[in-house]
Amino acid sequence: MKKVIERSMIVPNMHLLVVEAPEIASKVKPGQFVIVRGGDEGERIPLSVADYDTEKGTVSIVFMEVGASTAALARLNAGDAVATCVGPLGNATTIDTFGDVLLVGGCYGIGSLYPVAKELKAKGNKVSVVLEARSSYLIYWLNKYVPLAEKVYTITRDGSLGQKGHISRLPDVIHGMPRKPDRIIVNGCTYLMAHTSEVTKDLDIPVVVNLNPIMIDGTGMCGVCRVTVAGQMKFACVDGPEFDGHDIDWKEFLARRKAYVTEEAMFFRRSDAPAHNEGKCAWHE
Amino acid sequence: MNEEKTQEKASKIDLNRRDMPRQSPEMRRNNFDEVALGYTEELARAEASRCLQCKKPRCVTGCPVEIDIPGFIGCITRGDFKGGIKKLKEKNCLPAVSGRVCPQESQCESKCVLGNKKAEIAIGRLERFLADWEAGQGKVDLPPRAKSTGKKVAVVGSGPAGLTVAGDLILLGHEVTIFEALHKAGGVLVYGIPEFRLPKAIVQREVDYLKALGVEVFTDFVVGKTRSIDELLEEFDAVFVGTGAGLPWFMNIPGENLNGVYSANEYLTRMNLMKGYLYPKSSTPVKKHVKVAVVGGGNVAMDSARTALRMGAAESHIVYRRSHAELPARAEEAENAEEEGVIFDLLTLPLAYIGDENGWVKEIECIQMELGEPDASGRRTPVEKKGSNFRMQTDAVVCAIGNSPNPLVPATTPGLDTTKRGTLVADPETGKTTRDRVWAGGDIVTGAATVILAMGAGRKAARAIHEYLTTGKQ
Repeated sequence: MKKVIERSMIVPNMHLLVVEAPEIASKVKPGQFVIVRGGDEGERIPLSVADYDTEKGTVSIVFMEVGASTAALARLNAGDAVATCVGPLGNATTIDTFGDVLLVGGCYGIGSLYPVAKELKAKGNKVSVVLEARSSYLIYWLNKYVPLAEKVYTITRDGSLGQKGHISRLPDVIHGMPRKPDRIIVNGCTYLMAHTSEVTKDLDIPVVVNLNPIMIDGTGMCGVCRVTVAGQMKFACVDGPEFDGHDIDWKEFLARRKAYVTEEAMFFRRSDAPAHNEGKCAWHE
Repeated sequence: MNEEKTQEKASKIDLNRRDMPRQSPEMRRNNFDEVALGYTEELARAEASRCLQCKKPRCVTGCPVEIDIPGFIGCITRGDFKGGIKKLKEKNCLPAVSGRVCPQESQCESKCVLGNKKAEIAIGRLERFLADWEAGQGKVDLPPRAKSTGKKVAVVGSGPAGLTVAGDLILLGHEVTIFEALHKAGGVLVYGIPEFRLPKAIVQREVDYLKALGVEVFTDFVVGKTRSIDELLEEFDAVFVGTGAGLPWFMNIPGENLNGVYSANEYLTRMNLMKGYLYPKSSTPVKKHVKVAVVGGGNVAMDSARTALRMGAAESHIVYRRSHAELPARAEEAENAEEEGVIFDLLTLPLAYIGDENGWVKEIECIQMELGEPDASGRRTPVEKKGSNFRMQTDAVVCAIGNSPNPLVPATTPGLDTTKRGTLVADPETGKTTRDRVWAGGDIVTGAATVILAMGAGRKAARAIHEYLTTGKQ
């Protein structure tokens, strides 16, 4: 049981959860994740760590409310307890002096890349950031990135902020940069990472992705997070979660990611748990 | 001389090994309640009274923790159940567990002289009877604890090895703290072995017993990640590593990453620890499968195949590359599986899994095998029969072919040596590893084995740790 310090919706459907976990806060590094269970009967879900405060002993997570388990987390409030928050798990992002690094974040990844940006800058890298969302109102933490980054680019599908289009516009952003980045680090939904890997194939830039497969224990025991990397079977929890995006079998990864979509939907439909109504229609009324 | 006398006596005695009441196969394949119902008092006393009370009991030599078997059986015969459980607990702190999951037929019971007449004493059932009798009394007597030594021991992993170490050392007056990575204590006893074979309430009872003795249990704590062994050594006088065999093997054949192909660890953990068997009441999603093929022939394979039936599969198959005689599972589990309707595809080896357009498994390419010469383990080596390939339709595969030791602790502990197989190097008599003040036991040392062997290793390590804590000798 760990205490919730804060839980708030930062943009529609995207939540910030701050948990009191001094053991984890003192150990966690950018790119690592924790496994969380909202309630006692809840599923175990891996969530990237978005920030941490060693002094206060807190760990922050940004997550999107998509299914039963994240809905349970979204219903927590300050003072409540999370049944499980265990970690830090997985390997940390490799932080080195690369030169120019381009961070590409979408969805919850905008949150998880924040500590990566901080550490990279502290190491003397020039950091540029691309934030991607369907629309401007779904982009968050922009002003947290501004002081860290050489430049923050935005891509929105409706064109309400920055470039109009999907992440496939990324090469345009890169070509418009004063210097080709030496490394790209992507975090966000599977599509974002898969497409970024796809559209950067010919640019001769290493692309690091932070995979988000289904997991149970997160310590190598269950093997549900397996992924084919350069033809080899890897476990994202202990071998990753970061891999070279150009080496991933994305078709297989996407299929595995979606394994329980139907069951999740069925559960959500049957579930009589009350929905919160922050920032969206109160459909339960 | 003694042997002869015993044999002579054997010819006059009761050869009727008492069956243990069980749920009928038709009934139990539709529920997750425990299959075996346990002896009644009458049955237990009748079975116990068949024991010849050999002067040199061979059964004890077959027991990894050297339980005084004739001693506790004698107590049952006399109706002294309290005395019996006391005797059992001298050597085994988890009798309700081992009475259920020990492979008695290849250990204690295999040595029983009545085995010559195929009427060996049902030692496991009697052990279970006593443990359940005690639980039924409501209040479990707490044994006296030795005076506090002020020494602190960290136990990493709460499976059978860790629980045994904790139980032994707490009684000897040391402070014991268990660190468990998952959210429930019990290790394989809670995530792996299904409810119908080992009810989770029983494991919880054992954990609660340790807590009542003063053992502190931290769940959701991954040693190697949340804290390293080196950091634990700053706070604790000794560390025991019992992190088990938690890295599932795959066969390295095409299609293993298709959806619907599970490791047995995933399949069973989803069902047991995550309560998938209660889905949709539980929130852990579970797929409904029509035909499940379980690859492997051990207890884990039987557990998976029987779970699949209970989850509503129309057909559940065991796909095993050797023949029935070589099945590594407990005889009782293979028999239970067969009775429940699990289909055994023996001498069959999967070569590849074939998927549909959405990435879900739909077929297995198999080949038939025949048995050749015995290999190093003494079992006859299966050899492929050329041209006997065939395809089997299926919508789920559970790969139950074994596990490697979990790498988290070895990988994050400098100086903790491992073997080529990834197991920890440890003295077989004491469990002492290559690191100062660090002991280990169970599957992390032996590779995947049994609950009772892990308990035996825990007992030896506890003895060695106690010696170190009291004399300074390692």
